[in-house]
Amino acid sequence: MALALVIVPLAFAAAAAAMPWQKWRPWLLPACGAVHLAMTIAALGRPEVSAIGGWLKLDALGRLVLALVSVLFFACSLYAPGYLALRAERSNRVFVPCLLFFLAMNSLIVEAQHLGLMWVAIEATTLASAPLIHYNHHARSIEATWKYLLIGSVGIALALFGTFFLAYAALRAGLGTSLFFPDLVREAPRLSRPWLHSAFVLLFVGYGTKMGLAPMHTWKPDAYGEAPGIVGTLLAGALTSCAFLALLRFFQIVSAAGEAAFARQLMIGIGLLSMAVGGVFMARQRDYKRMLAYSSVEHMGILVLGVGIGGLGVFGSLLHLVNNAITKGVLFLSAGNIHRAYGSKSTEDVRGALRRLPFSGALFLAGFFAATGSPPFAPFLSEFTIVRAAMTSGHAIVGGLFLLMLAIVFIGMGGAVLAVVQGEPPAEGPSGYHDRLGTIAPILLLMAIVLFLGVYVPAPLVALVQKAATFVEVKP
Amino acid sequence: MQIVADPLLVVLLLVNFFMLGTSRLRALINGSAAQGVLLALLVVAVHGEVTLQAALIALATIALKSIVIPSMLTRALRDAAIHREIEPVIGFVPSLLLGGLGTGLSVVFARTLPLAPEHVGSLLVPASLATAFTGFLLLATRRKAITQVVGYLALENGVFVMGLTLVEAMPLLVETGVLLDLVVAIFVMGIIIEHISREFSSIDTTRLSSLKE
Repeated sequence: MALALVIVPLAFAAAAAAMPWQKWRPWLLPACGAVHLAMTIAALGRPEVSAIGGWLKLDALGRLVLALVSVLFFACSLYAPGYLALRAERSNRVFVPCLLFFLAMNSLIVEAQHLGLMWVAIEATTLASAPLIHYNHHARSIEATWKYLLIGSVGIALALFGTFFLAYAALRAGLGTSLFFPDLVREAPRLSRPWLHSAFVLLFVGYGTKMGLAPMHTWKPDAYGEAPGIVGTLLAGALTSCAFLALLRFFQIVSAAGEAAFARQLMIGIGLLSMAVGGVFMARQRDYKRMLAYSSVEHMGILVLGVGIGGLGVFGSLLHLVNNAITKGVLFLSAGNIHRAYGSKSTEDVRGALRRLPFSGALFLAGFFAATGSPPFAPFLSEFTIVRAAMTSGHAIVGGLFLLMLAIVFIGMGGAVLAVVQGEPPAEGPSGYHDRLGTIAPILLLMAIVLFLGVYVPAPLVALVQKAATFVEVKP
Repeated sequence: MQIVADPLLVVLLLVNFFMLGTSRLRALINGSAAQGVLLALLVVAVHGEVTLQAALIALATIALKSIVIPSMLTRALRDAAIHREIEPVIGFVPSLLLGGLGTGLSVVFARTLPLAPEHVGSLLVPASLATAFTGFLLLATRRKAITQVVGYLALENGVFVMGLTLVEAMPLLVETGVLLDLVVAIFVMGIIIEHISREFSSIDTTRLSSLKE
């Protein structure tokens, strides 16, 4: 099962690359998405899922991230045929295999128990997503891809540097050569401290670049702004979640070594900075897709901030991981529809989306309320949990700043979103896009999940998050 | 091993300075190719003897870093008909000075890290940090896409040298990982450079400035 979660999407990717029919190729996506989701559900039901002598294993943290990646990919895969049918003029011969390969690598990141293997898988996602961002083949998408590749590769190189530092810490401590996470966590107290600290900083910067934490976020607005909505969803929901999982694995090692305080300070600082950068740049943003990228920077900040606070904050942060991923799906896919209909990403040209596209416009608006943490949507619960954790654990100032940033984000993002959805729509553009079942139903599904999780968090999910939180926060 | 490795590392550091100081892109690419050869020699030196494994990795390193990538970059250079780095963000002399400062700091920082007995006194760790820093400097302060790729290569070279400290403990996995990464990353970057020069008739990344706040 552990192996199949990686192999099956790879097989679908190979099939998609070999398939000669442009029209039928996109249908491999929902097929693979459904199979992957079924396998994920089956795997979650089993107590022990591992393969290749422990190189792949689903642990508590992996289960949570795998579940969210699988659900998000499934929703995107339902959206894909409808979207690609609208883009019939452009070949999808690269696009579809890359999406499937991307899914395979996400599964691999989640399951990898070896430092090196996880690094290779994350590197592979960078390469798989470059052609996806480049899909539109115009000057701006080349620019976005170039920045994404360059900054992403530098991040990945730094992560490798950090990996070597960590390996050296183990070597120096006479632990031999195992780079398996469980071994490193077990032996963490004996790791050489100066090497461990340097390793964590390098890994934090490296994988933080992949997550898009400020100040390493500069690729994000370009990449999310130029990529198709479906790619934006998978980058902002799935890939960033996987990068966060990588960070948590190292946080786990550092806290097992009894050095959690050091890591927490770094995480609180970068978390607040990311929220501030997201808020400030959202406020003066005239491009609603780039605005979503800054929203993603902000939410990545919330995630690391929650872990930095610790205790209940870790629970809140992991719950927010799920909520953020699903909410991002609603926002990016509906923004993609609006972009298609108006042919513009500027809030100056796009008005009256609620009239022109009742469904996409309404979903975009609802997604905005969800992303800014308004009740009754799911992110409200997780953000509230983090605030409560801050207030009850002696981080009152951090909690206060957190609330202030949320207010800034609400006002900044609200201005742009309301400009898009309200008002009188301009004369019909050349695209002639109208909402249809294929491009609306998947977003409705994601929105329903966001609403449902906001009203009632089912017990299995609570258990999943709780186990992952306990798993991450090991005591020395 | 140190007797052979340290002089090689000193040469590596000198090449770093050469790369920071030159404005000719051809020379920059040659410097990068020279670093590839040095790394290959270092692989053999660190292994202590010419084993099959060391020889294979050394050959792969030379093939990639000194032949394939430089010729790819040279071709891109010829196609775009450019020769010099014009208007770097900071001048060549200041970047040399910064490089010197970075190298000094690398040595100081490496001193604070406790080393395994076999690496005490070796230049491996400081040289690794200094080379990675040089890569950063090139990436951040130069405008040509090619220079940025060379900067990335230098960063990777620094990481590679760090990997050499682990060679005895973790054979093969480390080096093959680095090389694999490089092949694919450069391959994809090569394709994108093609697209950049086709679309903008130039490989100057200052042209890539429509996406801004």
